Amino acid sequence: MRGPDSTPLISVRDLVKVYPLGETEVRALAGVSVDIAEGEFVAVMGPSGSGKSTFMNLIGCLDTPTSGSYRFAGEDVAYLPRDALAGIRNHRIGFVFQQFNLLPRTSALENVELPLLYAGVPAAARHAAARAKLAQVGLASREHHSPAQLSGGQQQRVAIARALVNDPKLILADEPTGALDSGTSLEVMALLQELNRSGITVIVVTHEQDIAAFASRLLTFRDGKLIGDLPNAPKDAAALAAAQRHQAEPAAA
Amino acid sequence: MNFLATLKVALAALRVNKLRSMLTMLGIIIGVGAVITMVAVGAGAQARVEDQIRSLGSNLIIILSGNFTSGGVRMGSGSQLTISEDDAYSLAREIPSIHVAAPTLRGNGQVVFGNTNWATQISGITPDYLEARQWEVVAGRPIDPTHVDSAAKVVLLGQTVARSLFGDADPVGETVRIRRVPHTVIGVLDRKGQSMIGQDQDDVALIPITTARKRVLGGTNVKTRNVQNITVRVRDGADIAATEQEMRDLLRQRHKLQSSQEDDFFIRNLSEVLAAQEASSRILALLLAAIASVSLIVGGIGIMNIMLVSVTERTREIGLRMAVGARGRDILTQFLVEAVTLALIGGLIGIALGAIASFAVGHFAGWRTEMSAAAVLLAVGFSGAIGVFFGFYPARTASRLVPIDALRHE
Repeated sequence: MRGPDSTPLISVRDLVKVYPLGETEVRALAGVSVDIAEGEFVAVMGPSGSGKSTFMNLIGCLDTPTSGSYRFAGEDVAYLPRDALAGIRNHRIGFVFQQFNLLPRTSALENVELPLLYAGVPAAARHAAARAKLAQVGLASREHHSPAQLSGGQQQRVAIARALVNDPKLILADEPTGALDSGTSLEVMALLQELNRSGITVIVVTHEQDIAAFASRLLTFRDGKLIGDLPNAPKDAAALAAAQRHQAEPAAA
Repeated sequence: MNFLATLKVALAALRVNKLRSMLTMLGIIIGVGAVITMVAVGAGAQARVEDQIRSLGSNLIIILSGNFTSGGVRMGSGSQLTISEDDAYSLAREIPSIHVAAPTLRGNGQVVFGNTNWATQISGITPDYLEARQWEVVAGRPIDPTHVDSAAKVVLLGQTVARSLFGDADPVGETVRIRRVPHTVIGVLDRKGQSMIGQDQDDVALIPITTARKRVLGGTNVKTRNVQNITVRVRDGADIAATEQEMRDLLRQRHKLQSSQEDDFFIRNLSEVLAAQEASSRILALLLAAIASVSLIVGGIGIMNIMLVSVTERTREIGLRMAVGARGRDILTQFLVEAVTLALIGGLIGIALGAIASFAVGHFAGWRTEMSAAAVLLAVGFSGAIGVFFGFYPARTASRLVPIDALRHE
């Protein structure tokens, strides 16, 4: 997957982010350099305060670095103006959050359509694309349910469908299983692995070893620095989920 | 993001908080309702004054006898009469825009019937006077030219005089004595009511001008043909100011005044007095509208307050929208459209409320009210402008949020 001639999807060099905190400053990220190729499944690990969330925000174009460079698909995006960053987030990155961040009292379909709304896609095309993505995450029958009518796992799948709706190159998941029980967590990770197999680069930020085990590469952060970059033989979340269902319903076997 | 989609998002957000949206709109509803009602009441009052002007005759001009200067001594006005019957006939003959010009010779005197008497104003007139004043005779018949030619001893009584002397009895055909000269009552005049300055216009007895001069009022005026005033009615649609100027030129020429000498007569235009009244009623209407628009501004501040609360409450939503690609201007437009929608819906409800209130005021208080399309359009435009003005600050605040801060907001 990672050839010497191919441009990495993500390429950061000496990335630094300093937050002012009253009189002093907090060095959240203290010089990080890393390349991530297209098609990788990366887990970003570290205790809280290690800088992994800051790294994630910079990679996701939600924030701009204090210094250093960031090339996304070969394009320098580190210091672009706000609207240009909004465009990149809209067209090329899909976000999945711990708290799902779905709009309340809004149907699943409309939630999934949201990024297309800001991309200026006409209504008919929006509906069609959103329906297709909801079907892809297995929620075709829940189009008109509001988040309150869906389970946590279903809500996260709606959020994943929303992340997918603009056909992004990269999916950034920030603690995607943090609010879910272990069974549902496996299903969500299985979905992310499936998307990765279809060619989408996936980066998951997590502090749980169990979740990181599904990635093919582990990045470990501590005190704002990248201290570990190891390949990993990923576990198959779908198989584990199936096994767990087996256990829960032995009679069905 | 196109406008229709933005509008849908805004309407959805307003629907989510129905009660709050209604309460927010209340300020605008009351404001617009008050403006519409007050403007309607003001316009009604103005229309009533305009009607009054029309009924009193805006094309009435009165020429009064002016100063008489003798050897450098300026006598007070009316001390000696400077205009004559012939001036009136000449005016009517030579100025085409004049409908009638009626000379009047006036004096006061006692009118006696049997053992009752009544002091009133005696006016010596020509038949043109009734035409000029648009004064109808409700019983009997009017003074006609033969009465004038023969200096007939006939009299038309005003309502007040008729009632004072005859009570409810019919005076026509009876004989009254005016300054001891017996006159036959040939008619009773229609009720005119009070004049602009509060005089009872019905307290009058009209006799032929020749009779007044020769038999009743007498004095020095007998020798001359002078009169106190000339009542002129201008033809409908004629230019009052131009006619006044023509009259002035003609009178100066007839009175052989040098250009250095001042006029020896006054020209009074009734519409000037009425115009002043109209202006004051217009000021009243403006004042009412100004007071009402204060409540509109208060309503606007209410919208700003709620929009600011809404932005704080929905910070996470704004963060999410930004994370999935909303630009600053998308967020700005969304909140601005929400504020304007609130204001406009409030404005429309306010117009309906104002229409109902105007009708109620007209119906129950008996005031005349007139709703104008201009006021309605103005109210809609104004409430929209209030939405933009008071919605802009909260919307800009929202659009300037940093996505990650907004996302993490609790």
